[in-house]
Amino acid sequence: MFVQETPELREFRAEVANWLRENKPRPPKFRLPMSFLEVGTDEQFQYLRDWQQKLYEAGYLGMAWPREYGGYGKPQIYQDIANEEMAKARVPFVINVIGLSWAGPAVLRMGTEKQKRRYIKKILTAEEIWCQGFSEPDYGSDLASLKTTARREGDRYIINGHKIWTTLATYAKHMILLARTDPEAPKYRGLSFFLCPMDLPGIEIRPITKMTGELGFNEVIFDDVSIPADTLVGQEGQGWLVAVTTLAYERGAIGGQAGGHPSQILTASDVVELAREARRDGRPAIEDPLIRDELVKFLIMERTIELNRKRLYIEKLLTPGRPQVLRFMSKLFHSEYIQGLSELAVRIQGAYAGLFAGDPCALADGIWQRSYMNSFGFTIGGGTSEIQRNILGERILGLAKG
Amino acid sequence: MSGSDLLISYSDEQAMLHETATNLLAKRCTFEALRQWMETPEGYSQELWRETAELGWLGIAIPEAYGGYGLGAPELVSVMEPMGRYLYPSPFLASTLGAQLLLWAGTEDQKRSWLPDIAKGQILITVALMEADGSWEPHHVKDRAIPLGDGYELTGTKHFVLDGQNTDLLIAAFDLQGELSLFLLEPHEVSKLKKDPENLIDLSRRSCRICFDGLKVPGSALMTRDALHPLRKLHRLAWVLLSAEMAGGAEGVFQLTLDYLKVRTQFGRPIGGFQALKHPIVNIMIAIENARALVYHSATVFDGPEKEAETAARMAKAHTSDTYAYAVNRAIQFHGAIGYTWECNAHLFFRRAQWAQYAFGDAIHHRRHLAELLLD
Ligand SMILES: Cc1cc2nc3c(=O)[nH]c(=O)nc-3n(C[C@H](O)[C@H](O)[C@H](O)COP(=O)(O)OP(=O)(O)OC[C@H]3O[C@@H](n4cnc5c(N)ncnc54)[C@H](O)[C@@H]3O)c2cc1C
Repeated sequence: MFVQETPELREFRAEVANWLRENKPRPPKFRLPMSFLEVGTDEQFQYLRDWQQKLYEAGYLGMAWPREYGGYGKPQIYQDIANEEMAKARVPFVINVIGLSWAGPAVLRMGTEKQKRRYIKKILTAEEIWCQGFSEPDYGSDLASLKTTARREGDRYIINGHKIWTTLATYAKHMILLARTDPEAPKYRGLSFFLCPMDLPGIEIRPITKMTGELGFNEVIFDDVSIPADTLVGQEGQGWLVAVTTLAYERGAIGGQAGGHPSQILTASDVVELAREARRDGRPAIEDPLIRDELVKFLIMERTIELNRKRLYIEKLLTPGRPQVLRFMSKLFHSEYIQGLSELAVRIQGAYAGLFAGDPCALADGIWQRSYMNSFGFTIGGGTSEIQRNILGERILGLAKG
Repeated sequence: MSGSDLLISYSDEQAMLHETATNLLAKRCTFEALRQWMETPEGYSQELWRETAELGWLGIAIPEAYGGYGLGAPELVSVMEPMGRYLYPSPFLASTLGAQLLLWAGTEDQKRSWLPDIAKGQILITVALMEADGSWEPHHVKDRAIPLGDGYELTGTKHFVLDGQNTDLLIAAFDLQGELSLFLLEPHEVSKLKKDPENLIDLSRRSCRICFDGLKVPGSALMTRDALHPLRKLHRLAWVLLSAEMAGGAEGVFQLTLDYLKVRTQFGRPIGGFQALKHPIVNIMIAIENARALVYHSATVFDGPEKEAETAARMAKAHTSDTYAYAVNRAIQFHGAIGYTWECNAHLFFRRAQWAQYAFGDAIHHRRHLAELLLD
């Protein structure tokens, strides 16, 4: 019942740490994005894809996925340790996050044997990038009302509709696609879930520029796109169930992800370091009592995140009545934590706070200004913080729907 | 590195104690009973106290050599959390703090004479550390002890003495010729002291001001003239125990509020459907999860390297204080006017939170110390 590592696991940890030290790629000449959501240039893409492939070949991705589909068939604890070491070593994030963390787990859990053999390994190697076609211009939080249609014709489905905010669509080989197969059925029952190829006639992709000026997400327009019927996951009409499970993987509400981190690692200790360098009002920021108080709050939160990760292994220490809550709350707490931390890091800079990445005097090359802006990707994407609170209130606490 | 990689753990003993305490207190600490005990001068049920003594709770952290079980902070925390959850009023905190201080700073004679009876719950002990200036720092002691013949003369007034009106034994801190010293006062001396019960916001708690008007004690009353280290450790223990109690209390008031959000309807639907209530209650739940993580962490590392133990305990006290304060505030508001009544039980938690968050240092105080520990 103690979270103490066996000698074997300790040895493994040392091995990973060592490998990462030796193989951590050199920082590129160009600027890397803060997360997989903002990959916008081919050189960024190549660099990150090469890194993921190297990680996989070294055996540190898909460690707990089944061997027959390309995983390494080990207990989950190995992947958890590898993830911790990757974060500690601050290696680059993995590019194929949608495949590794939710499309892949969804296929493994709900896909056919043929689908697993077809898709899983290439997710791990980053040979095939995945994107997610859920949101539409008029249906974001109210996802189940979406209008894109999939009409059955023999052994094909014909897709028509308009997806938006589709991250990585320009690089993706496949999309997890949620579309309406039965417009007559009640909204939750008429949906189906597909593994849609992206290189078909009738698909148009239009990049969207973010508030930071970066690319990363896109509009995807389907005009009579014909896809094979065996790309369907689950039964026709069960798409909502598959989507909800997929979203649960996306938010970390259930485990089973292939590993790696989705964004650059930033810690509260980094902000403490920044506060030592930065001057506010002509004095070191770290001497300001209000800044000190804020910094400590974030150090406490950071410690808490770490403790809760450990607590997942101690079943008896999960809170009675809501043992699943630690996982369900992790996306909400973590994304808001990063947003708050980044905002504090900017505030610490005083007069310099207004300088952006690219200015020679910007502190830490403006990474915190970028991070603060980019943090909205995680408090909005994957279901907004408000929707997460609804889910926690309704699903975990049993409160009435709002 | 050694030891410090174990951040959080939970033993079978802890799980067992937690379960026993939860079952017993859930049954016995009904709001009706709590309200009755509140009205008595001593503030608690002696019958329930004896039962918990029979279960061995008073001896949890007393070594076997002195009649206890030789366990530690993790096991204490495991009963404190349910005590907070069910608002159990008793001199448990006072007695535990007193016993541990006696253990860490007492003479062998003093320990042998008293610890076995304390472990059985037959003798009550408490600590008198704070003075009129309200400082939470263990070394801020101005009251003086002066050598007099074979003994000492004690002068000054101690404030916020937990269960001072209930206690048999008392450990008090004095400045003895410039040295931070502790004295153990025995029942016949304690009974001579002038005790003014304090009128506390927490109706389930007892404390008093104690005036030492030149009380003369024998030389054998002196425990140590080098009290800083044990006192620092004692404060640390108090943070951990109060954090556990507050985490439990926050859960209790959270459940009370949650129930109400499900049964109270307005505009034709349960009020829990309104996001202005739903989202804060979710935030409270998250804060409680984090509180539990910090509490069990602080207990796990309690006997480890001092800096780590101090950091963990201060983090726990800072976070649980804020959590409990927020949870009770929303509890009153979310009950509407009924929440503002004497009859509604929300204020019982509110009062506990208002007391506990300011005992042994509030969130601001601990974050200021944490800043020194972590930033300088
Ligand atoms: C960087 C980024 C990447 C993304 N990548 C993808 C992707 O790859 N694939 C994909 O399918 N989607 C993607 N999304 C879309 C994302 O899932 C949606 O933006 C999100 O679900 C919210 O939908 P919306 O933007 O339409 O906002 P809306 O649903 O219109 O919400 C607007 C505001 O109203 C609030 N709100 C809405 N409903 C409620 C309610 N019931 N209760 C309380 N508040 C409510 C929201 O919280 C929000 O603050 C991405 C988004 C971002 C920002």
